[in-house]
Amino acid sequence: MPSFVITEKCDGCKAQDKTACQYICPHDLMALNRDIMKAYNQEPEQCWECFNCVKICPQQAIETRGYSDFVPLGSSTVPMRGTDSIMWTIKFRNGILKRFKFPIRTTAEGSIDPYAGKPAPDFANLNKPGFFTGPARAE
Amino acid sequence: MEKETCTFSYCAKPAIVEVECDLLILGGGMAGCGAAFEGARWANEKGMKVVMVDKAATDRSGAVAMGLSAINTYVGENKVADYVKYVRNDLMGIIREDLVYDLGRHVDDSVQLFEEWGLPIWKKGDDGFSLDGFQARDAGKKSLKEGGTPVRSGKWQIMINGESYKVIVAEAAKLALKTNREKTGMDQNHFERVFIVKAVMDTNGKNVAAAIGFSTRENKIYSFKAKAMICATAGAVNCFRPRSVGEGMGRTWYPVFSCGSGYAFGMQAGAELTLMENRFVPARFKDGYGPVGAWFLFFKAKATDSYGEDYCTNKEYFDDAVARYGDYAKGLGTAIRNHLMMRAMKDGKGPIIMRTHEAMQALGAAFTEKLGEKEGKKKMKHLEAEAWEDFLDMAIGQASIWAANNIEPDKTPSEIMPTEPYLLGSHAGCAGFWVSGPGDLPGTPEHYSWGYNRMSTVPGLFMAGDVVGASGHKFSSGSHAEGRIAAKSALQYILDHADYKPSPKMSLDEIAAELYLPFEIYEKHKVFTTDPVINPNYIGPKALQLRLQKIADEYFGGVATWYMTSKTMLEEGLKKLEMLKEDAAKMAAKDLHELLRCFENYHRILSVEAHARHILFREESRYPGYYYRGDFNKIDDVNWKCFTNSKYNSETNTWEFKKVPYVTMYQ
Repeated sequence: MPSFVITEKCDGCKAQDKTACQYICPHDLMALNRDIMKAYNQEPEQCWECFNCVKICPQQAIETRGYSDFVPLGSSTVPMRGTDSIMWTIKFRNGILKRFKFPIRTTAEGSIDPYAGKPAPDFANLNKPGFFTGPARAE
Repeated sequence: MEKETCTFSYCAKPAIVEVECDLLILGGGMAGCGAAFEGARWANEKGMKVVMVDKAATDRSGAVAMGLSAINTYVGENKVADYVKYVRNDLMGIIREDLVYDLGRHVDDSVQLFEEWGLPIWKKGDDGFSLDGFQARDAGKKSLKEGGTPVRSGKWQIMINGESYKVIVAEAAKLALKTNREKTGMDQNHFERVFIVKAVMDTNGKNVAAAIGFSTRENKIYSFKAKAMICATAGAVNCFRPRSVGEGMGRTWYPVFSCGSGYAFGMQAGAELTLMENRFVPARFKDGYGPVGAWFLFFKAKATDSYGEDYCTNKEYFDDAVARYGDYAKGLGTAIRNHLMMRAMKDGKGPIIMRTHEAMQALGAAFTEKLGEKEGKKKMKHLEAEAWEDFLDMAIGQASIWAANNIEPDKTPSEIMPTEPYLLGSHAGCAGFWVSGPGDLPGTPEHYSWGYNRMSTVPGLFMAGDVVGASGHKFSSGSHAEGRIAAKSALQYILDHADYKPSPKMSLDEIAAELYLPFEIYEKHKVFTTDPVINPNYIGPKALQLRLQKIADEYFGGVATWYMTSKTMLEEGLKKLEMLKEDAAKMAAKDLHELLRCFENYHRILSVEAHARHILFREESRYPGYYYRGDFNKIDDVNWKCFTNSKYNSETNTWEFKKVPYVTMYQ
């Protein structure tokens, strides 16, 4: 499902420090047209439909459409990603509507303290099995 | 043909940045994040500098970029030795048992950390039904570390709510890197949107002194000098012509952005490869490549031909498979199940059908019987959401395909299909580099270990994740754990070689000229024709990829020939591939995006060459269902129950091959 950008909604992330979709796309697909300050998918045939641009867009200006080589028209898959859950609205070609809500994380974003409460590394164990967190499992 | 060089007569010279560090991590996927998390902790104590380079944004880079609905390797209540046996069976008898065991004894710690960091993991409820990550938390269920019971979809797999899996793992890695900046005073040690193109050897002729690449956002090139490196980039996707023909070419099963950069990096450094003939051809929901694992294992759905017959139990197919592939066929690993499916398809019994509707109806009936109508319906609704989440967490497009085709899985079955081939070493494949094992496991032969765990045959160059050969079925969690193993080992190497100072064989100006050559070629020739796309003086990135895909598909056993190849076909294809490789010296790019695509496709070409030459060397069909040697369509344990190792010399463009003995460590 290559992503597309809705002209009216995209504001080129003018108020942000970077264009969100361009920042996040794993495959360098989203580009900003500086003449009109709007984003677009520059290589739709390379789109993995990971929806990361859709999920991150602060204006909800990005959606996807089925691949032209095998997907019939008329359906839509729309996520709304919050801080701890994601909501999906799926519309079938025949009009059936399905909504799902799934957890995405149990901690606050940015709250990880990677080494808090973990043992300090013991260099006597550097070339032995196990991690700084403890020895490897033995059977 | 005249050789093109870059003298910056036509394109502008980029800014050149040299970064010096102790440990360099190439790739910010699961393995890279594991290496950063473990590596920074140890490095901080000694003031050693750790740097990670990612071609994308680490929050959403690598194979887990979209998310996952399961963690496929969690040993838990099982035995590590049984994990080794399972992997050996699925990979047709040839794996590095020391590497797989080592992975198995380490992996659970990473999974437990993911949960601690905030990844919601399903737990078994008191009534035997599954609770999602929130329900489990609200019900006060214990964490995995405290002994909580996960929901197993298979013996080794656990179910998760994994939409943000990579975001969470990346957060821990990024914060770990931050602690290293604070300890060492480095301004920057996490580079996003920098694409590493190749290894530059040291003047000592042994080490890799630098990894060089360019920014995909500004005119800047980078040389990262390091005392040790961990190559943690992905496998190779879209090397073979995919089944899709247009926009759908991006809807690959494994990420379309995995382009064999890790294989290319190690090959250019002269690291020894193993089992590069191995590939993975997943059977997945047709067109959208949605996962089938949960449907088979968790929902207990059956796949049959269109007449309702389970092709795995067809006597004619099965007997023939046993005659050709011996006891390996009886193990019914992934390759053999593929093989039997293809037999049915070739007999015109397709399409192959995943009977989702019957599985859901059976589960619904069981719920009603156990819980009564009302509660049963409620559970059924939860189950339906679980089925959709399986796609929405990791192959969203498959959900869209269901919606577009009016497929409700509880009412309508779905087609499954074997895909185009993929090269990788962390999922159900094992193509990659020959690395040292841990060395401490009983029964380890001498040739499995040379001092530093996960080090390739090039000193100081370590491997983790997709690029480690002969050690598949690591998946996301195992790749993270392997990155951590490699990081410890690489730091030990650095401490043991404190006198080593990297001295790259190329000057910074030479590096800049090589990386920007496609710009120079484009700018020099673009005005010759009215449309720069069609120009006889160069080849653009799209053409590079399409030529590669056509050669691979038609000669090296792609979907065009039902995965069939032979000595004569491989040799013909390799002639064409050699010319493509020559033409790659005339790659042209009009902007940074095309420059990225040019080098990505060059990495694909090298990966495919290794793959084809390995298939040619191994004169048997070790992986039926993935590829066939028509001239040796059987498994031949007498001659080929061994590793096939190769070394590429990038200066002379020559290959050396050898057989390496297999050792069974776990009976």
